[in-house]
Amino acid sequence: MPLVTPEEKKTNFILDATGAIIPNVENFYKFCAERKLMGVKCKCCGSVISPPRALCPKCFTSSLAWTELKGQGKLLTFTVIHFPSSQFQALAPYAVGIVKLDDGPHLPGMIKNVKLEDLRIGMSLQVDFETALPKEWPRWPRYFFKPAA
Amino acid sequence: MLVATPLASIVSASVSKFGVREGLYTRELFAEAAKEAFDQCPNLEPKRDIQALFVGMMSESYEHQAHIAPLLLDWIGLLPNPAFRTEGACASSSVALRTALFAIASRMYDIVLVGGVEKMTHLSTTGVTEILAMASDFPFEQWHGISFPGIFGMMAVDHMHKYGTTEEQLAKVAVKNHEHGLLNPKAHFQKRITVQDVLSSQPVAWPLKLYDCCPRSDGASCIVLTSPKLARKFTDTPINIIGSGQAQDTLGLFQRDDFSTMSVTKLAAEKAYKMANVSPKDIDVAELHDCFTIAEIIAYEDLGFCEVGRGGQLIDEGATYIGGRIPANTSGGLKAKGHPVGATGVAQACEIYLQLTNQAGKRQVSGAEVGLTENVGGSASTGVVHIYERGD
Repeated sequence: MPLVTPEEKKTNFILDATGAIIPNVENFYKFCAERKLMGVKCKCCGSVISPPRALCPKCFTSSLAWTELKGQGKLLTFTVIHFPSSQFQALAPYAVGIVKLDDGPHLPGMIKNVKLEDLRIGMSLQVDFETALPKEWPRWPRYFFKPAA
Repeated sequence: MLVATPLASIVSASVSKFGVREGLYTRELFAEAAKEAFDQCPNLEPKRDIQALFVGMMSESYEHQAHIAPLLLDWIGLLPNPAFRTEGACASSSVALRTALFAIASRMYDIVLVGGVEKMTHLSTTGVTEILAMASDFPFEQWHGISFPGIFGMMAVDHMHKYGTTEEQLAKVAVKNHEHGLLNPKAHFQKRITVQDVLSSQPVAWPLKLYDCCPRSDGASCIVLTSPKLARKFTDTPINIIGSGQAQDTLGLFQRDDFSTMSVTKLAAEKAYKMANVSPKDIDVAELHDCFTIAEIIAYEDLGFCEVGRGGQLIDEGATYIGGRIPANTSGGLKAKGHPVGATGVAQACEIYLQLTNQAGKRQVSGAEVGLTENVGGSASTGVVHIYERGD
């Protein structure tokens, strides 16, 4: 059973024939619009997987249940981007990194609310969410990381 | 010297001039490389002999041109043979070479053309950055502003953190490859640079600076590949491919456990070394995928040229210069020769062909008998390693 049932949904999730929210990228971002960082938990091996996908890469089962992640973790590596693609040019230079979530998975993202010179491998970070939703595909509100309170 | 059975033989090889080739597009660049490969092989009658084309190109977005295989075939006068395009990001033409090896091994064909091409310099840095980034994970990397220099920047930060690798060591890779590029008239750059030039160049994705990054280039590469038994019809000095390996990893760098290694290189090399019955110490000359300086440092380690974590020391020792223990990127590498991405894999094979046939001129590695190429695509989501040996 999915943790979030269709009745609870506030957003237009992508559902399977049984009405369950399918584990995919689009729904991951629809949860981000509700300020929830989500993954799926494999019912066979217990792995927590994010970004969510339809098959557990360890045991190939599709027996997966949505699970909300706490979104706290440690910075594994990072860089500072000076030459981005056009849509990010106004932000440059900005920090991006890969975070090992306490929940298990790694996720990459921008690191905000931090001085670039204060970035350190191992620093504690916390996920947060942008509120803006793009008008055209992909209508994905971005999550990002910031120093843990 | 070795006991491995050749998979196929290179009987001719050529690259176009790499660099800013204003007003020339993939069809013309590819024809330039193919013409030279044909001209160098007088016993070859392309229309009579060549049975198929395998060509690597990364993206149709650069010049708004998809369906490149029949186009290139037409421009070199070889219609109506079958033509196949492969895509593996920056490893596109190494994947084409492997595909051609399968074709020859299957006996479907025994004389084929293998090449690669890309046209990039007519677009701005931003335009090229955006197209290259398409080879990373869209919803989780591109969508969060992570560029390709950013991906390799994160690998470099991890390597520096774990092993104490320094920005100076990264810079020394660029300095070496520019020194080698000075000796290659077809290289994009013939320009000497210093460690200080690299360190003081504009930051791109810390710790990578402009001179840690390969340029965007235009260019093409082409080899004539035959079954080993036919090679002698075309040349007295065929170069045999005796090992081939390929592996894949996650598209997203973030999905891996270790960012300071490229598992695809390790796995592909393991397979290629075993097939060729050689070990890293047998390699006389290597062409490595130095899209960013850190990538060459990591390649040294993953290929077994030095211990894990000691790549920085290997460049400090000068071991990978021409004349060193294991000369790497005698062509100038992606850094100085240039990186028209689809052309790169086969261009590496072209350099090894020149080295093993003793035609590399001022950059000749004396007595080179066994060569290796290592080509990765994306954040090393595709990795291909080939091993070559003199066939005479």
